[in-house]
Amino acid sequence: MFRACRQLGIRTVAVYSEADADAPHVKDADHAVLLGPPPARDSYLSIERVLDAARRAGADAIHPGYGFLSENWRFAQACGDAGLVFVGPSPDAIRRMGEKTEARRLMAAAGVPVLPGSTGAVQDLAEAARVAADVGFPVMLKAAGGGGGLGMARVKAAAELPAAFAMAARRAQAAFGSDALYVERYVERPRHVEVQVFGDDTGAVVHLHERDCSIQRRHQKLVEESPAPRLPAATKAALVDAAVRGARAIGYVNAGTLEFLVDARGDFFFLEMNTRLQVEHPVTEEVTGLDLVVAQLQVAAGTPLGWRQESIEQRGAALECRVYAEDPARNFLPSPGTITRLALPEGTGVRVEAGVGEGTVVPVHYDPLLLKLVTAGATRAEAIDRMAGALEACVVEGVRTTIPFLRKVMAHAEFRSGAVHTELVEQGAFNG
Amino acid sequence: MAEEIKAHITGVVFQVTAKAGDRVAAGDPIIVLESMKMEIPVEAPRAGAVKEIKVAEGQTVQEGETVALLD
Repeated sequence: MFRACRQLGIRTVAVYSEADADAPHVKDADHAVLLGPPPARDSYLSIERVLDAARRAGADAIHPGYGFLSENWRFAQACGDAGLVFVGPSPDAIRRMGEKTEARRLMAAAGVPVLPGSTGAVQDLAEAARVAADVGFPVMLKAAGGGGGLGMARVKAAAELPAAFAMAARRAQAAFGSDALYVERYVERPRHVEVQVFGDDTGAVVHLHERDCSIQRRHQKLVEESPAPRLPAATKAALVDAAVRGARAIGYVNAGTLEFLVDARGDFFFLEMNTRLQVEHPVTEEVTGLDLVVAQLQVAAGTPLGWRQESIEQRGAALECRVYAEDPARNFLPSPGTITRLALPEGTGVRVEAGVGEGTVVPVHYDPLLLKLVTAGATRAEAIDRMAGALEACVVEGVRTTIPFLRKVMAHAEFRSGAVHTELVEQGAFNG
Repeated sequence: MAEEIKAHITGVVFQVTAKAGDRVAAGDPIIVLESMKMEIPVEAPRAGAVKEIKVAEGQTVQEGETVALLD
């Protein structure tokens, strides 16, 4: 983020909590403002404190990053109301895509395939049972009020529905303050393929090709890559076409991603839209040679994108591995602590985005992402070999990390062959 | 002799779900820890009666720290 700003001659202000006073991002910025105590609700999730910090620093614009308030439409609205440029889409686009049943409805209306299921939230168990019988078991129950895998339940047969419905409603209520659920067909062993889109104020919308993010645990991504391996050309063409159509239908401006499930037959279905820059955006930057953060800042400043679709090429292959402070040997339990030693890989085709250094305290308060390893190559095999080498050279001591797990993924025959799907991790494919 | 129930991870106590005197079964949550945006229960290792809860909501506990005593 700060690199992109420097490139454009923009001065930067970091915000931080008391837990992050020594974090690298604080030193990398031209100026830094303390938000408050460690709990996120008192610092990074406090709209008032972030706006106050911006005012005190004399900032003109806020880039929300990809966590915390980045998909909070009230925050985007509050930035605008305070005379600050929000680097991202309109509050309205964030709100409509954040309401999962509304997003489903809008995308279906735009001709984007959605999973067969209820048109909105179901009224009660009886309606859920009718819809489930209609689309056929297994089905997925999902919270209408939010995504991220919370409040989701897979139901194999009608007999399991009442108990699963009650539990999912309880969890949705706890997580999102609403027990509203909707029903969708469950796709067995799907791939997660997403399309990066970009829009500007002139109404132009382009895609920057796809990413495959099928290697996941608890519905959270661990490995991402572009191009998606073994994706038929016809499927790919239909996917990017649907994504652009969907983004145009809502007048989308700035960077966004439409996520899809792809089944074994190559049919695909809209999952949700992330109305922000994604953690895995470097993969797209590596294959397209475009800087997404620079483009975000330019579009936010009102400059047209100036990208012609046919000139956005996908060259070679790129991978990203997420190094989390989690213990893969204990089912990815969090592992907070202090980083006592850190050695980062380097070399041709290797890019590292690290949010930590030696001595950094990894607090219990935030997401466990420590750093991202990104490799590129002329072919997927070359990018994988470079990633395997980068993972060998990467040393993180003081906390347990996903590095040993990621090494196994890179060496795994099924992964190397490109036969990926989202259930590989839970099936224990990489436990050996 | 009461058995010590220890936290298996470092985290902040999000919720105390049992209280002294409660009868619990093996696998029942005693407290729920929040760590790195995940809620992780600390469960009773066996059936018994909770003798004492040694932590309060909002408190940070270290991996291996005793959070409750089970009779």
